Amino acid sequence: MDAIILQILNGLDKGSAYALIALGLTLIFGTLGVVNFAHGALFMIGAFVAVTVQRLLGLSFEQIDPDKTDFLGNPLKVKMTYVESWFGPEVGGTIVDWSVPVAVIIAIPIMLLVGYVMERGLIKHFYKRPHADQILVTFGLAIVLQELIKYFYGANPIQTPAPSVFKGSFDFGVLVGFDPNAIIYPYWRLVYFAFAAVVLGGVFAFLRYTTFGMVVRAGMADRETVGLLGINIDKRFTIMFGLAAAVAGIAGVMYTPILSPNYHMGMDFLVLSFVVVVVGGMGSLPGAVAAGFLLGILQSFASMNEIKSLIPGIDQVIIYLVAIIILLTRPRGLLGRAGVMED
Amino acid sequence: MKLLGLSAKDTRFLLIVIFLTLATPVLLQPFPENSGLATFNAGYPDLMQRFAIFGIFAIGFNILFGLTGYLSFGHAAFLGVGSYTVVWMYKLLDYNVVWGLPLAVVTSGVFALLIGFVSLRRSGIYFSILTLAFAQMSYNLAYSVLTPITNGETGLQVYRSDAQVLLGANEPTSPHFFGLVMSKSTKLNLGDWQFTFNNGYYFTAIIAIIVFYISLRIFRSPFGLMLRAIKTNQTRLNYTGINTRPYALAAFVISGMYAGLAGGLMAAMDPLAGAERMQWTASGEVVLMVILGGAGTLMGPILGAGFIKYFENIFSKINDQILQGWFAWMPDWLSGLLIEISHFFVGKSWHLTLGLLFMLVVIFLPGGLVEAGQRIARLFKKKPPEDKDPGHHPQPAPHVAE
Amino acid sequence: MSTSNFTRRGLMKTGAATGAGLALPTIFTSAASAFTNEPTGDTVTFGFNVPQTGPYAEEGLDELRAQELAVEHINGMGDGGMLNTFSSKALDGTGILGKKVDFVTGDTQTKTDAARASARSMIEKDGVIMINGGSSSGPAVAVQALCQEAGIISMAGLTHSNDTTGKDRKRNGFRHFFNAYMSGAALGPVLKEVYGTDRRAYHLTADYTWGWTQQESIQASTEAIGWETVNNVLTPVGAGDFSSYITPVLNSGADVLILNHYGGDMVNSLTQAVQFGLRDAEANGKNFEVIVPLYSELMAAGAGENIQGVYGSMNWNWQLQDEGTKAFVKSFGEKYGFPPSGSAHTCYVQTLLYADAVARAGSFNPCAVVEALEDFEFDGMGNGPTLYRAEDHQCFKDVLVMKGAENPTSEYDNLEIVEITPVEQVTYAPDHPMFGGAEASLGECNDGT
Repeated sequence: MDAIILQILNGLDKGSAYALIALGLTLIFGTLGVVNFAHGALFMIGAFVAVTVQRLLGLSFEQIDPDKTDFLGNPLKVKMTYVESWFGPEVGGTIVDWSVPVAVIIAIPIMLLVGYVMERGLIKHFYKRPHADQILVTFGLAIVLQELIKYFYGANPIQTPAPSVFKGSFDFGVLVGFDPNAIIYPYWRLVYFAFAAVVLGGVFAFLRYTTFGMVVRAGMADRETVGLLGINIDKRFTIMFGLAAAVAGIAGVMYTPILSPNYHMGMDFLVLSFVVVVVGGMGSLPGAVAAGFLLGILQSFASMNEIKSLIPGIDQVIIYLVAIIILLTRPRGLLGRAGVMED
Repeated sequence: MKLLGLSAKDTRFLLIVIFLTLATPVLLQPFPENSGLATFNAGYPDLMQRFAIFGIFAIGFNILFGLTGYLSFGHAAFLGVGSYTVVWMYKLLDYNVVWGLPLAVVTSGVFALLIGFVSLRRSGIYFSILTLAFAQMSYNLAYSVLTPITNGETGLQVYRSDAQVLLGANEPTSPHFFGLVMSKSTKLNLGDWQFTFNNGYYFTAIIAIIVFYISLRIFRSPFGLMLRAIKTNQTRLNYTGINTRPYALAAFVISGMYAGLAGGLMAAMDPLAGAERMQWTASGEVVLMVILGGAGTLMGPILGAGFIKYFENIFSKINDQILQGWFAWMPDWLSGLLIEISHFFVGKSWHLTLGLLFMLVVIFLPGGLVEAGQRIARLFKKKPPEDKDPGHHPQPAPHVAE
Repeated sequence: MSTSNFTRRGLMKTGAATGAGLALPTIFTSAASAFTNEPTGDTVTFGFNVPQTGPYAEEGLDELRAQELAVEHINGMGDGGMLNTFSSKALDGTGILGKKVDFVTGDTQTKTDAARASARSMIEKDGVIMINGGSSSGPAVAVQALCQEAGIISMAGLTHSNDTTGKDRKRNGFRHFFNAYMSGAALGPVLKEVYGTDRRAYHLTADYTWGWTQQESIQASTEAIGWETVNNVLTPVGAGDFSSYITPVLNSGADVLILNHYGGDMVNSLTQAVQFGLRDAEANGKNFEVIVPLYSELMAAGAGENIQGVYGSMNWNWQLQDEGTKAFVKSFGEKYGFPPSGSAHTCYVQTLLYADAVARAGSFNPCAVVEALEDFEFDGMGNGPTLYRAEDHQCFKDVLVMKGAENPTSEYDNLEIVEITPVEQVTYAPDHPMFGGAEASLGECNDGT
């Protein structure tokens, strides 16, 4: 029983990541009608914003401490980060330690800008082009972005630890009546889950309850009519693109303590995020989120030893197997709309 | 002149393709050996074979995607099945490719029939994801659980202990076609130029010409017309009482067999089959080849295949030493600067060049590389463009996502 | 058709429609070379085939640096590095047999197919006589088999699977790097000393051939010291999130986790194991421990402070204090500004060993080189006295047992040497069952004729 609860927690955690990436992708893909192969790259850029912030905060200079000497009797040189020297060791140390949450705040404007530039500079010209051309141009862009990251950050994974407050695990089992240590779960993963819930809720509320969201939803359903009403739908779509980029980016930032970022992580998530979006159904935001959690949880269960010993290698294929079964039983995925990307 | 049931224009076209294919070992070797530009020569057997093999793969994929518009993201699975079939025939019978190649076409055809039958129940992106899912399952299993059949990460190869029941005493111990050993080459030195005429390349090239001819016939046939109709408006066809699925399935199986043949030829040129050739990146690569060259055109896929393979094999090998050779005559600061800039584009960064070129081509040449050829041709002819031959022109796909 | 009978008819038979208007060929090379890519000019070309893209790109680039350095030293530039400490003095810094060494590079992408394609282009286009490098066992085995077919020498780079010199061994292929069996044999006694004999191990293993051979080797050596194996769970390569595999470990009754992962997988699985509190936990009344049998500097850097106190093994480390190591670290460090990695070392040594073997054999003929390398004993290359065993072309030398440093002073000394396991302890019979048993054979040497 405790094993199953643990796998559900694992699944929710994986699902959070899948749902966040798929949410942004489905905003672009299922609503603007653009097949964006660079979406994984946006997730990756977000992660590298975290790396960059960590490095900037860690910038240091050498200072001679007159009171101490090293083993040769010379004055001891100590390294001090600029942040610590400005804010004092206490506050400065905390800021350095909290580099990942700090990066989230910094990533939002950066990713909005990246999304804006991408849409205005490139994607805009491809709305009327065949999907094949969209694939080629966004795939090219994804390669360029990942190679630039590789050029400046190298190909190795980079450690980006969570704030030390979140190190260690939360004894989840005690709360629900298990023995101590039966179900413990790392704090940061719980934070990630909560964070995903907030972001998902925020995006849904934004689209549901604001005038902006209402116009965008109307534009998704019938772009031409909304245009005829004199509403500048293009501008709103640009903002939507920026929003999708921001969601992918901060998902990437928050994921860095779980998965050390490397330059090809975007491509690794790309295929999976497309599967999630399509299983959820084209044009459906709730579908993408539901599919993300469903696939995350099923993947966790498939990784259990008991199931692996029954069907060897099931954890390698479960996502694809579930995708096939769902697409064959439900023609448009879980919650897809008719006529979207069906040609 | 009309040949083999082709129109005069198509005959001319086919003859040009035949000439270019057979003259490849000379045409791709434009720079003298020992010159600084020899790096850009591509007339060596491995790359020429790859041009022909991926040309076949892309020609086949174009029959499905270019004509019907069905975008499969899983064709690499058929490539892998073809390769494994051929290597298994080496292991069981002998190194003569005559057993493995036809069987590779058959097994990949059967495999394509099964996957296609299921996947074609859906259209659009749903179809793409179904094919992707089947192919990724094949790859993941081939890499791990199915290692007894595929030899996993290392790749399937022939061991001494294998049965090889037909192996004769004097038979070559590398792939051959009735004694014509694929790896053997004849070298011709002309002044500073060296040309390599490789058995394997000509074997592949002749097959490529045959399958190109078949694809030409399909493009011009009523069947091809029906496939185009599926792309233009499937719903209308359905309303007129035509069941389009058998046609789409036939196109899927044919393109799967082309992929299987290409995979088989890869194993015929180099007797080892790695699991990565089934990965989604390999499926994606053929999609890119066809789009880059010009989907729906006859020459486009071949150009796209050549373009991508050229960059992969030539640009990745340019290192600092070669760069220094090129820029040696410049002042130090300038050569240093140029080498620094080049680091972005060659050697370990060859991917970046490829990505940039993808973007440039699709932005400035909406019809793919074929359009570049047409523009150049138009410049020379100075005639208004004519659209007599739809097969030579990219078909703008209707955009219906909104 | 043989390459040697170049005639007009032969040309026509190949179907080369070069046309009748072709100018008469001025020179016919009858291609009467004695062996594949026999060097005829005043240079000889090596092929350095390393991953330059993909997850092991950093490792590949470090290998390239070392290979470039080796070429400089062979050609007499720089300070000579290990040539000064190498026990064989056949190389004198004037190239090899009067020829300067030139090299070409290629990208394996850490894929079997791409590695073969790159190697073939080096053989066919650039005329290389030897191929060196690589960072994974699949490509290493594939390239080695290709070199065997083509008739040139393969000097493998970083490849740790038992198969490379086990069931996939080839007469034209050589491996200097250690292997999974040696890791197990070296780690066993150290683990017994620090963790005792009453331990229960849980394996997470990358689901491909290298992972399996390492798991098999480590299981054998830990069971030999009395440990029990609780479970072995195979994980998909590139899984990223290993949480579903890690959570069952704590309640499985195990008190040691062994991670048979490499590269990014190892960085992620170790980081996540630490996050899940495995290293702070207690099981069976003992501290829970994690072991990473195969270490590399770049992985250690990627895993950061998570590796502190974690045991593993290495082929070589720059912190060794012998003369050979010091000479190599000095010339590498002066040229590039940081110490070399283990994979750089093995590629550097392999390049020198090949060059030396040619010089001693007095010929570039691969069969002569094979003869010169088989049962060759040498010293001064950083690993103590070393033997290139004739039966399987595996180098036998001391193995390093490493531990994540508790207080690293820089990013380069985050691993510390715990023990230098003597070669006798890691030696095994050539027909050991983990290495293909009695069936495994090198086959015949091939020089391409």
